[in-house]
Amino acid sequence: MSTRFAVRRLVDRAVCGACLLATVLALLPLVSVLAFVVVRGAGGLSLTFLSSLPKPVGETGGGMAHAIVGSLQIVGLACLIGIPAGVLAGIHLAEYGATRFGRFVRFSADVLSGVPSIAVGLFVYALVVARAQRFSAYAGALALAILMLPTITRSTEELLRLVPESYREAALGLGVPPWRATLRVMLRTALPGVATGVMLAVARAMGESAPLLFTSFNNRGWAQSPNEPTASLPVNIYTYATSPYADWHQQAWAAALVLVGLVLCLSVTARLLVRKRAR
Amino acid sequence: MTERANVVRLRSAVAESGDDVTGNSRSRWEKPDVGAIKMRTVGLRAFYGETEVLKGIDLPVVDRQVTAVIGPSGCGKSTFVRSLNRMHEVVPGARIAGQVLLDEQDIYARGVDPVRVRRRVGMLFQKPNPFPTLSIRDNVLAGVLLNGLDVSDPEGLVEKALRQAALWDEVKDVLDRSGTSLSGGQQQRLCMARALALEPEVLLMDEPCSALDPIATARVEELIHELRQSYAIVVVTHNMQQAARVANLTAFFYMGELVEYDRTDVVFTRPKERRTEDYITGRFG
Repeated sequence: MSTRFAVRRLVDRAVCGACLLATVLALLPLVSVLAFVVVRGAGGLSLTFLSSLPKPVGETGGGMAHAIVGSLQIVGLACLIGIPAGVLAGIHLAEYGATRFGRFVRFSADVLSGVPSIAVGLFVYALVVARAQRFSAYAGALALAILMLPTITRSTEELLRLVPESYREAALGLGVPPWRATLRVMLRTALPGVATGVMLAVARAMGESAPLLFTSFNNRGWAQSPNEPTASLPVNIYTYATSPYADWHQQAWAAALVLVGLVLCLSVTARLLVRKRAR
Repeated sequence: MTERANVVRLRSAVAESGDDVTGNSRSRWEKPDVGAIKMRTVGLRAFYGETEVLKGIDLPVVDRQVTAVIGPSGCGKSTFVRSLNRMHEVVPGARIAGQVLLDEQDIYARGVDPVRVRRRVGMLFQKPNPFPTLSIRDNVLAGVLLNGLDVSDPEGLVEKALRQAALWDEVKDVLDRSGTSLSGGQQQRLCMARALALEPEVLLMDEPCSALDPIATARVEELIHELRQSYAIVVVTHNMQQAARVANLTAFFYMGELVEYDRTDVVFTRPKERRTEDYITGRFG
């Protein structure tokens, strides 16, 4: 009897230990990447870096203000396209998705989320850049929006499905029109989750460099309009990190730190906003 | 034909109520004063896909009375009340044939907006379902807010509805708390207040106490008793004691058919149908 308990306890301990070990292993890259970026990037971070344009090639100093603004601009435009389309598609799938068309959309979204981002960039290049004969923030935003779509669509759908049907019934029973019941009750209840899904998509888009390489391209100065080549943090990190200058390497690290910080800020703000409205 | 038979039967119920033929002094409600017919169904049939759940129901809903709908599981009693405010058709594949008359107007007639019907015929569901994202106050106002209607005095409406639902004293100091912070019984009364705030004419209740404990059940039953003075009420229940306690009129459903409809004391003490007697004496169902 007691030996059986001893064995059980041993197995219990072993499994608990294995779980803990796996957690530590999973946490290791996360923490070390963050720590690495902070340690290497903090040195290059300064007010000048955040607020000024790059110096001409060969001179040291200067900053990446244009890339920070550019990144925000491109991602902002991408959100304008991607969030409404994705959320509405998700609503459609959750409400009327049992049809053949619904299954087709769901399958397409799943396939799209597996398409390499550079392929999406290439697609937008062929569709927009090659025709308009110019790189632009618009093209970059379109590429990012396409990348955001499947994540937003599928997470909106899943989270709407988690809202109990009894809330819809309650609303309909009060004489609320069905479309209002969907928007003001179902979507409202699922909002914190939907916002998290959107944030994940935005964060992913924020860090993409491949689809921007030949859509929004890059710019050493301010873009006068979104219809011009626009600098972005990921593309600048790539160009600076692969350059032969030590000063640029330092700036690439700082840019990485800024990028991580931006994503963090965005997701914290989104969460706060959602929590405030949920009350 | 059956519709007429029911009217005749109803008249006989009125006639009988005049003199106490049963001498049943234990019946706790006053003699059923069967009044005006608020709603009635004519040959009402309901389907889920190909399955016929209601097979031609002719039943009146009398104003200012509580009508209990009893019967074993799957007899169609929930479907019946859901068809009275067009909630049946919300389920995919569900459809209705026949008529449901509200003040002698068919609510299934072409051009009738189900949304309008549901504002006149309120509903309370089996499980309390206050909106979790709204405060107690906003839950009461939900019908008004979600419909974008104007109210001159929202605070007054909230208080009135909560008083009517016998919940005001318990929540008047915590109106800003979430609706789901209340206990199950309170939540159900909150849902009642939410329905009452729209000032409906008929109240449907689909097993309103089946998720509540005995004390909460007693409070909701008391409430039903009070609300009877202003509304036509239909209560679905699988608890026969409850039917006996709250309803003046009882309809017994079996396998999608209306077997018997009469004054509650008659149904419970001198049922005309063998199947009714078997059910209420617990021989089946």
